[in-house]
Formats: sequence, C-alpha cells, structure tokens
Amino acid sequence: MAPRLATVADRSPGEPRRIGYLYLLPAFLLFGAFVLFPLGHSLWLSLFAWDGVTAGRWVGLDNYGDVLSDGELRSSFVHALILIVFYAVLPVLIGLLLAGAAARVQVRGFTFFRVVLFLPQVVAMVVVAVMWRMIYDPNDGPLNEALRAVGLGGLTKSWLGDFDVALPAVGLVGTWVWYGLAMVLLTAGVQKIPKSLYDAARVDGAGPLHEFFAVTLPALRGEIAVALTLTTVAALRNFDLIYNTTKGGPGDATSVPAFQVYDRAFLTGEVGSASAIGVTLVAIIFVITFCINRFADRGAAR
Amino acid sequence: MTSQREKAVTYAILGVFSLLALLPVVGIIFTALQEPGGAAGFGRFDGFHLSNFQRAWEQGNFGDYLRSSGIVVVAVVGVSSVLSIMAGYAFGLMRFRGSEVLFYVFLLGLMIPTEAIIVPLYYDLRDLSLTNTYWALILPQIGTSVAFGTFWMRAFFRSVPSSLVEAARIDGASSWLTLWRVLLPLARPAVLTMCVLLFMWTWNEFLLALVMVTDESLRTAPLGLSFFQGRNSSDLTLLAAGAVIVATPVVVLYVFLQRHFIRGMVSGAVKG
Repeated sequence: MAPRLATVADRSPGEPRRIGYLYLLPAFLLFGAFVLFPLGHSLWLSLFAWDGVTAGRWVGLDNYGDVLSDGELRSSFVHALILIVFYAVLPVLIGLLLAGAAARVQVRGFTFFRVVLFLPQVVAMVVVAVMWRMIYDPNDGPLNEALRAVGLGGLTKSWLGDFDVALPAVGLVGTWVWYGLAMVLLTAGVQKIPKSLYDAARVDGAGPLHEFFAVTLPALRGEIAVALTLTTVAALRNFDLIYNTTKGGPGDATSVPAFQVYDRAFLTGEVGSASAIGVTLVAIIFVITFCINRFADRGAAR
Repeated sequence: MTSQREKAVTYAILGVFSLLALLPVVGIIFTALQEPGGAAGFGRFDGFHLSNFQRAWEQGNFGDYLRSSGIVVVAVVGVSSVLSIMAGYAFGLMRFRGSEVLFYVFLLGLMIPTEAIIVPLYYDLRDLSLTNTYWALILPQIGTSVAFGTFWMRAFFRSVPSSLVEAARIDGASSWLTLWRVLLPLARPAVLTMCVLLFMWTWNEFLLALVMVTDESLRTAPLGLSFFQGRNSSDLTLLAAGAVIVATPVVVLYVFLQRHFIRGMVSGAVKG
C-alpha cells in the first residue's frame, strides 16, 4: 500500500468534495450507533457496580483492579493466553512446516488442497462444537475408541470433563479450525519468493535449515503477521466454542474472558465487571495487533 | 534435500493435514446419515438414511430457525453492502476534510469484537424495546459489517484508474451515476467477495442471538442448534443431522464461490 500513497494527489480529481460526507453518512450513523456508542457506554458502565436492575454504585476503576486481583478473572485471562498457543502459535508453526518444505516445489493442485484446508473456517462454531463434543465423548467417542483399538486404553479420558485436559482439548479444536488458514497463507507467500534467492543460498553452501532461517522466514514476515493477528484475535474473543462445549467447566478450568463477560452480565448480575472485562479485551486486542504489525513493518523496512 | 524428496514431503504434509481437516466434517455427515435407533457411532458409515433430517426438521423446528437466519442475513448483507459501497466510494475517490481520521475510526471498528460491546448493546436495545425482535439481530450486525465493508470497498475504489472517473465527469455524469453506472460493473468481483464474507459471518453469528432473543420463533440457526444440543445430547444421529442442516448453506456457497471466500480471508479480513 505504501507506494500507492504517493499518487493519491494525482488521482483524486478536483477540489475537496463536501458530497463525500453524504456518502459516508448512512454507514457512519449505523456504525456509530451500534459500535462506537456501545463501546463508550461500556467504558461508562465499567466504572459502576451494577446488577442490571437496581441503581448502580460508582466504584471508579475497581472493576479493572479486579481483572488482576480476582482469582476467577485472572485465571480466565491466563486461559486466554494458553489458548493463544493453540489458536495462533501452533497453526503458524504447522503453516511454516509446510511453507519450509514447499519453498522450492511447484505445488500442483494447490487449489484443491486450499478448499479442503479452509473448510473448518466456514463451518459455524456451534457446529464445530457439536462435532468435537462427539469426537471427545468419553464413552463411545472415536478418539477414545481409537486409543483403545491401538492398545492405549490407559490414555482414554473424559477429554472435556477433566480438569487438566479440558483446556488443551478445547485449544486443539481451535488449532483444527485455524491451521488451514495459516498453511494457505504461508504457502501462497513462499511460492512468491524468487527461486534465485534459494539458488544463491545453495551456492553459498546453505543447508535446508539455514535456508529456511535465512530466506524463507524473513520473506514471510508479512504473511506471518496477518496469520498471527487473525488467530490471536480469534483466541481472545473465543466465546461460541467455550459456551457450546464446556460452558467454562469443569469448575472454571476453561473459563475465558469472553465467557466471563456473558456470565457476569447476564447470569450473575455483575454488569460493571462484565463491561470492564470487555474493555480490557479491546485494549489487549489493540495492543497485540499493533505490536504484531510493528514487527512486520520493521522487517519490511530492512 | 533433493527436489524429489522436497516434493514428497510437501505432498505428505498437505495430504495429512487435509485429511485431518476433512475427517470430522465427513464424520458428522456419516453420523447424520445413520439409521435412527441403530447402534449409533460417530463417523460410522452405514448407508444413506435421510430420516434423521426429517426428524430434526420436525422435532427441532429447524425450518423456523433457517427462516430467521435467512431474514437476518438478507437484511444485514443487503443493507451493509449498499452502505459500504457508498462509504468506500467516498473514502477511495473523494477528497474531503477529515477523511483520514474518519477512516481510522472505521478501522478501529474492525478490532472491536462483539464480545466487548454486547453488554451495553443489550441494555440500550432493551431501553428501546427492541430486544427479542429481528431489529436487535440486524442493526448491530449492520454496524459491525459496514466497518469491514467500507474498508474492503475503499481498497477497491483506490485501485480504479482516475481517468475513468474523470471521463465520466467530463461526460456530465453526477457522482451518483458514476458510482452505480460506471464503477459498480467493475466492482462486481470485489462486491461479491464482500457479500460472501458478510453472509458467512452473519449466518454463523451466535453471541448476539443468544443474548438478544428469547422467543423460539426468532432463534437463528446456530442458536437453535445450541438449544437443540441441550435437549438431545443423547440422540447422536439426530443432533448430527441438526448440525449438518445448520452448516449446509454456508458450506454449499463455499463450494461454489471458494475463490471469493479464500481471497477475502487470506487478505486478513476480520469483522468485529
């Protein structure tokens, strides 16, 4: 996008046009009324202790303090961080594995693989949840049956009901949803790297590993940034999957911030706290998106 | 590594992960096709029995849910795309004071997830007596959709050669006619990609419907499925059939327009 900016002045004909505002107005009104205003309202609500019915009580920033001091809340944010490993880091590693192998290969039939790899993305999260609850079923789920079939019956578990395993089990569903996107993105990127770069590296006596770190990885910075942004945001806002698989359980082993927002606002009557969690989520998403893109830009400028 | 080996490794990785992506989907379809009342098992194939779909449709009210989803999707995608085309046109091809700042405000909107605004949205819409109506599902989703749509269409309009707009203006076409008669035919692929993504996001939306709607007749397909799961978790084949019904519209569209889906999503498209 950067080189295009230089030509903007030549391309926009004529003087400033007031009529532009009119074209913007309808979209902006709806956007303002149903996104910006609620966000502001959320900030306001987050400063109160309010049960949604009786009059609220001003508590200042206490609700934000709770994010750090309330054990239940703090652990929900820790769970979100762990989920980022499953939603973002693992898919990008899988994508890099393929990109590394495919760097010097003309991949035929990639269109077909692309369609299949993207399939989990278009299936509604509720359907994904239904599907994986069946797969993880402790009694006759295919995962446990497969383990028994290969003589590993000792490893069978109640995957979504076990305190230690439930969070990784939910996380792996996220990995399943997102690795296709990372693979497609990174492989499309690697196919654009000029083959001469690899030939040059090879002439210099670079092994495949060195080639990967010297050529492939730096060239893919932009694609990695896009993949990480999308998947990290998905991990942070993850509500549908948690609600439809574990409802945060067992105990609060899989409780995440987005689930706490729902739980507190609509079930336990802690509206102020729920709003503060929502605002915190937005802040975290802003910071992470900003950092990832800074990292990508810096690489591009080099 | 020789080139032959690289090739083999590449296709092995692609094959394994494609299979992993496909297996659960095929598994649930096979489950839905099993004979009801038989020894159900996830992913076992025993022929094509369509009676589960009929049972799900009748017992699970999936006809109603699909209708609700259809109404919401048509309204959201229709209105959002027209408004986004107009706003994208303004940002992409017109110069006016504050356009940069306004654009950044829209960009910001892309990063605000529904999860973060659902609480005030509920109380605001309740004060307006709009909860438990289609409006509560449609209006907020138009709000989040135009943020993405404007961003997407602006990128398209910036790529339009200025000579084209200039020529239309010299011919005396108003900005309105230029947009709909001259530019829109060119914009068709970009508009289609946008519509396809908005369709998918709106169809699959869950949290808003969960919070806003209590009437069963207003439930959208994903919400209906969630309640259906609560009631029928023991009837594996019936639940699988319900899940397949809910997923099918988007998956069918995906099969036909995969290029648009993928082009949109790999460009980093997100919606709040």
